Amino acid sequence: MDLFRWTIQEASAAFREGRCIPAELMASVNSRIEAVEDKIHAYVSVAGDAAVQQAASLSAGNEASPLWGVPIALKDNLATRGMRTTCSSKILESFCPPYDATVVSRLRGAGALFSGKTNLDEFAMGSSTETSYKGTTRNPWDLTRIPGGSSGGSAAAVAADACVAALGSDTGGSIRQPAAHCGIVGLKPTYGRVSRFGLVAFASSLEQIGPLTKDVTDAAILLKAIAGHDHRDSTSVNVPVPDYPSLLNGDVQDMRIGVPQEYLQVGVQREVREAIRNALDLLGAAGASIREISLPHTDYAVSTYYILATAEASSNLARYDGVKYGYRAEPVEDLLDMYRRSRAEGFGPEVKRRIMLGTYALSSGYYDAYYRKAQQVRTLIMRDFEAAFDVCDVLLAPTCPTTAFRIGEKVNDPLQMYLSDIYTISVNLAGIPGISIPCGFDGQGLPIGLQILGKHFDEATVLNAAYAYEQRTDWHGQRPAL
Amino acid sequence: MAYETIIGLEVHAQLKTRAKIFCSCSTEFGGPPNGHTCPVCLGMPGVLPVLNREVVNFVLKTGLALHCRINPFSRFARKNYFYPDLPKGYQISQYEHPLCEAGFLHIDLDGEQKRIGITRIHMEEDAGKNIHGEGSEPFSYVDLNRTGVPLMEIVSEPDMRSPREAAAYMRKLRTIVRYLDVCDGNMEQGSLRCDANVSLRRVGESAFGVRTELKNMNSFKHVEKALDYEVRRQARILDEGGSTVQETRLWDAERGVTVSMRGKEEAHDYRYFPDPDLVPLHVDAAWIDEIRATLPELPDEKMARFMTAYGLPRYDAEVLTVSRELSDYFEACNSVAQAPKVVSNWIMGDLLRECKGEDEALAQCPVNPDMLARMIQMIEQGTISGKIAKTVFGEMVKTGKTPEVIVKEKNLVQVTDEGTIAELVDRVIADHPEQVVQYRDGKEKVFGFLVGQVMKASRGKANPAVVNKLLKERL
Amino acid sequence: MKITGKEVAYVAHLARLALSDEEIEQFTGQLDAILAYVDKLNELDTEDVEPTAHVIPMGNVVREDAVDTGLPIEEVLANAPGTQDRFFRVPRII
Ligand SMILES: [Zn+2]
Repeated sequence: MDLFRWTIQEASAAFREGRCIPAELMASVNSRIEAVEDKIHAYVSVAGDAAVQQAASLSAGNEASPLWGVPIALKDNLATRGMRTTCSSKILESFCPPYDATVVSRLRGAGALFSGKTNLDEFAMGSSTETSYKGTTRNPWDLTRIPGGSSGGSAAAVAADACVAALGSDTGGSIRQPAAHCGIVGLKPTYGRVSRFGLVAFASSLEQIGPLTKDVTDAAILLKAIAGHDHRDSTSVNVPVPDYPSLLNGDVQDMRIGVPQEYLQVGVQREVREAIRNALDLLGAAGASIREISLPHTDYAVSTYYILATAEASSNLARYDGVKYGYRAEPVEDLLDMYRRSRAEGFGPEVKRRIMLGTYALSSGYYDAYYRKAQQVRTLIMRDFEAAFDVCDVLLAPTCPTTAFRIGEKVNDPLQMYLSDIYTISVNLAGIPGISIPCGFDGQGLPIGLQILGKHFDEATVLNAAYAYEQRTDWHGQRPAL
Repeated sequence: MAYETIIGLEVHAQLKTRAKIFCSCSTEFGGPPNGHTCPVCLGMPGVLPVLNREVVNFVLKTGLALHCRINPFSRFARKNYFYPDLPKGYQISQYEHPLCEAGFLHIDLDGEQKRIGITRIHMEEDAGKNIHGEGSEPFSYVDLNRTGVPLMEIVSEPDMRSPREAAAYMRKLRTIVRYLDVCDGNMEQGSLRCDANVSLRRVGESAFGVRTELKNMNSFKHVEKALDYEVRRQARILDEGGSTVQETRLWDAERGVTVSMRGKEEAHDYRYFPDPDLVPLHVDAAWIDEIRATLPELPDEKMARFMTAYGLPRYDAEVLTVSRELSDYFEACNSVAQAPKVVSNWIMGDLLRECKGEDEALAQCPVNPDMLARMIQMIEQGTISGKIAKTVFGEMVKTGKTPEVIVKEKNLVQVTDEGTIAELVDRVIADHPEQVVQYRDGKEKVFGFLVGQVMKASRGKANPAVVNKLLKERL
Repeated sequence: MKITGKEVAYVAHLARLALSDEEIEQFTGQLDAILAYVDKLNELDTEDVEPTAHVIPMGNVVREDAVDTGLPIEEVLANAPGTQDRFFRVPRII
């Protein structure tokens, strides 16, 4: 039997029942990685035998933890003590943090194992992993296509069974969009639900760490493990974390589902629109009440996002200066030369483009016109969602306007690339939780993602709506032929 | 031409917290290079700042002491620039919404009070230290121990009209932050730093002239000297019909001049924006009350009390309240001695001379308030003379022995016995017939000489009043 | 044009990025297109709209003034491209 195909619940049950031990599962996942990695290139670095040894010496005692002995892949922008954390960037190629991200230490505490660090767009800036310094990850469903991004490595690894589950980060859709393109489940929690400590910052006010999994129950399990207040992150919110897995009952009777009309207009691939309509019919038949709603400022979200995210990024990435860690150009004429060349040679074109845009938006004379204006529009976008949630429990929409595009297709047109995030970025601007789950395939056999959004800190309802859909379909059980 | 000098000061005060402002590293001065650092203050990828509550408390204290408005909403902003001692590539500071605004303090010049406005007080983190290689060595070295040490920046209104006023303002600010125990006030070590904006305008004009920013004045003496120089420099340019340029100038203490930084300076474009890693501060009335309750009696109030409660002259009260240590010393001493003016004289004279006016020296001075008080009591009771007391004081400083022990060991008890003194008086009259004649001829000044001879004969121990009385009787 | 090559060069200097002339030219075109798109924000009247810096209303997140031991010096310097003794070493500043 192919152990690597297991979900978290399956692995955990097998350990509990003594049918398998963690080292066996880890070895199975490692052999799967070896088998598929040449094709998909999901990982930047793999733990390999070291993880098997660790599995063998895993201390007993917290077998009750559903993650005990379960191989998890980590996006390579999550700090791992003693393991390189590169952000798929030349500038951090050899950086080895002396600390763990809070999510990593929580997973360690829960007995999880780490299969390796997964590929991403450089510093999570991109929607395809094509900006990675470590090469592009390929979509397991079609190796000529992008897996989505920036958590493309995590999504591809989960879809290809090259790990049991993975963590990613979502700044503008970076968990949900690759999850949609790879036919898996990806959840972005409410801003402040999960500690950002140890997540290498791209746009601090927008991003969250979240799970990428084979099904909704696994997402609930993994979210429960990483969520909760952390005194090391001032923006982490001190609210109780519900027991998500136990709240999944698939009951959507009288659940009020809103459909933002702006998300199903021109530009949406026909098959995507059909898949969403079918999903609405299905949930309606299951007892949910469906209504159209409006998010009138949707059209402004991409502009708002690309000002705020790049402005924050321009400041967050100033620390890569060749002094304390990371790449330093050599030889140099003087200090200024060291700064300018280390950064020019260490960052790729997309990162530089965003640093430039963000620096410009904050520079003298432009702050009010761009940065402040974008912050004000952010307020309007938040209000749109508040109004929608006055009358709805969740919102339902496509995750992306199209299925996965071809590698190279948009790489020279940054604006087109940015516009592919159109349905995911408003969620980050509003700080609300969102999940993407598989809801069908297009004519070319590429997965389609269904996005469900909820109120602040109401991941439980989002997960349950997703679970209700998943219970009534079998898209999530389908795997690419590799 | 007559000009009016306009000076505003920006003062950075290092706060005396145990830990840094955004991480738990020690703020201790002088550790091994990079020995007080962690991933947060090293600016490593993915780490986040968490605010030290005590920093807010210290700035609130200062804001209240300086009569500021405490803003109910304030927040941190990032100031972006590149420098090796700034590991994140930005400094966390406050910009649009500082914690405190619109306050004032009073300075005292020749008995006249003047009110100087405080524009704002905000919190920020300090940078590290760059050490430059020797000679032609092509390297600099970075020590990040100071990175993240909490600072408050106190910005004044352009209310000062002379370098003397500016120096008085600095001294008053130092006194206040030391009273509050939020900063040690040491300018030489850099825990209190000062930049000045200086401009001149013709007397009678209301618009401000072009100002220069003056940096690198690292002692009180230098603040006044540097400003004096700068004012004269600007006046000379204006007198010659020229105009000053807006620029930053450094005080060169060795040469005693200010030097333009032009050319070495970047165009400043700091790209301030709210720090998304930190949440706003909401300081409510309860928090303010909590801090207000911890405020000590401040120098202005204390000075007023010293004048009314102890009947001290204004000058004495001002000197004695310049630091909490000194005023505490006075009150402790006077509570025993019960002779405010005498105590004040001894403190302002011998004690301050001994301690060179430094509070550290005062704390370590072997003469504690109780010893000084008991010595003063011995004078008041006639046990020793004021003159002998000087000797006793010197011995106390040297040996740390109590005044009683010194007086006994050195046999310094004042002689009041008339019989003993009369013998000395008689001998002096016999030994100085010439002077006796002069005195009797009406040369009254000679009396003092004769008293001196008697005192000398008694080795200073004779009671001067008795000497006077007996000498007069016999002459 | 929303942005000129000269402005792009200035921004590159602020951001400490050494860009070739071709890169400046390329970025000028791309940034210009993005800024032209972003311009649509000006369709909205935001005069009375409060800017949002934090999506979740919260405040006063503080810690106690307590000292922890820092990082061992080997770990402080482990990732540094230039060190000497206990220092980070950089090209001479002045
Ligand atoms: Zn630290």
